[in-house]
Amino acid sequence: MNKQLKILINGIIKENPIFVLLLGMCPTLATTSSAINGMSMGLATMFVLISSNTVISLLKNVIPDLVRIPSFIVVIATFVTIIEMLMNAYVPALAESLGIFIPLIVVNCIVLGRAESFASKNGVLSSIFDGVGIGLGFTLALTLLGASRELLGTGKIFSQTIYPEQYGSLLFVLAPGAFIVLGFLIAIFNKLQHKKA
Amino acid sequence: MEYIGIIIVAIFVNNIVYSQFLGICPFLGVSKKVDTAIGMSAAVTFVLTIATLVTFILYKGVLEPFNLQYLQTISYILVIASLVQMVEIVLKKISPSLYQALGVFLPLITTNCAILGVSLLVIQKDFNLLESVVYAVATSIGFGLALIIFSGVREQLSLTRVPKAMQGMPIALISAGIIAMAFMGFSGIDQLFK
Repeated sequence: MNKQLKILINGIIKENPIFVLLLGMCPTLATTSSAINGMSMGLATMFVLISSNTVISLLKNVIPDLVRIPSFIVVIATFVTIIEMLMNAYVPALAESLGIFIPLIVVNCIVLGRAESFASKNGVLSSIFDGVGIGLGFTLALTLLGASRELLGTGKIFSQTIYPEQYGSLLFVLAPGAFIVLGFLIAIFNKLQHKKA
Repeated sequence: MEYIGIIIVAIFVNNIVYSQFLGICPFLGVSKKVDTAIGMSAAVTFVLTIATLVTFILYKGVLEPFNLQYLQTISYILVIASLVQMVEIVLKKISPSLYQALGVFLPLITTNCAILGVSLLVIQKDFNLLESVVYAVATSIGFGLALIIFSGVREQLSLTRVPKAMQGMPIALISAGIIAMAFMGFSGIDQLFK
């Protein structure tokens, strides 16, 4: 059990997909205009990550090495289609605001990266924990980024007013703010990591 | 006039990198030098145009008549992955010199979300075939422009003294943000072409 816990923590902090590995930047920047959008994108990706990790680690002995990558992509695309249909059916407003970035989870480097570097080499249980860990790390990073942008831009977090809206700067909700806030967040993460080391 | 509007909007107003956030991975990954940036944008232009054409025909010719729209994501990604492989093989035979120039960038393109993104967008925007191709070409020009500007800035940045925690990616992202702000200045010029 200790090993599984380590895998989980590893995904959240040491190999945080956004702040450390710098993977999956497109959805990170595009869907974090508010905390709730960021969090839902993170959760959708986490669902795909856990399911594809599970299935791929179960199939790892069946899939021939040569067609490894295409098979992984098909598995991932299947789960992406499932989550896309589920979101369209139950949370249409959210699906509308995330738009094209839900189908684009297929080409998110994190998902294929974990399939290739972890799930295809490890057992089912470890792979599930890896999926949960990396997924949580991704979700936390996206929520943090979304919350910072929402706070700086409109003075709210999860639509709860913190300070009056007219003091916010709309820039942070718009495209340039995504780059700038993420840049500063990574810098802060670097600083904290160096202090620890 | 309509086509000029599509081109201007795709290059400047809704720039694929700075306002739509597609293709960020290669944008951050291969933008350290201007030369590689040019190679990458040429490869993207090539693949993006062909991929949009093929996926458009696939959607209108097969998926829509048979009511298989839910297979869009899966079929597109498979088509794009095999297309990239095929382009690589054909290019190697027909034009070794072009293959030499684009070779290293081609495999990377499969995971470039700009390709899949544009293929999905042209369906969403309800473009016809010619509009889709024009949009694809203009988008890749926008990508090339973004990448080349950014790599120029990054070449300068590597000579600058930057606080330790900001080195590398953080300062690059912040510069990208400032360039994105400059691109925001173009918003509204599409009104001229309506």
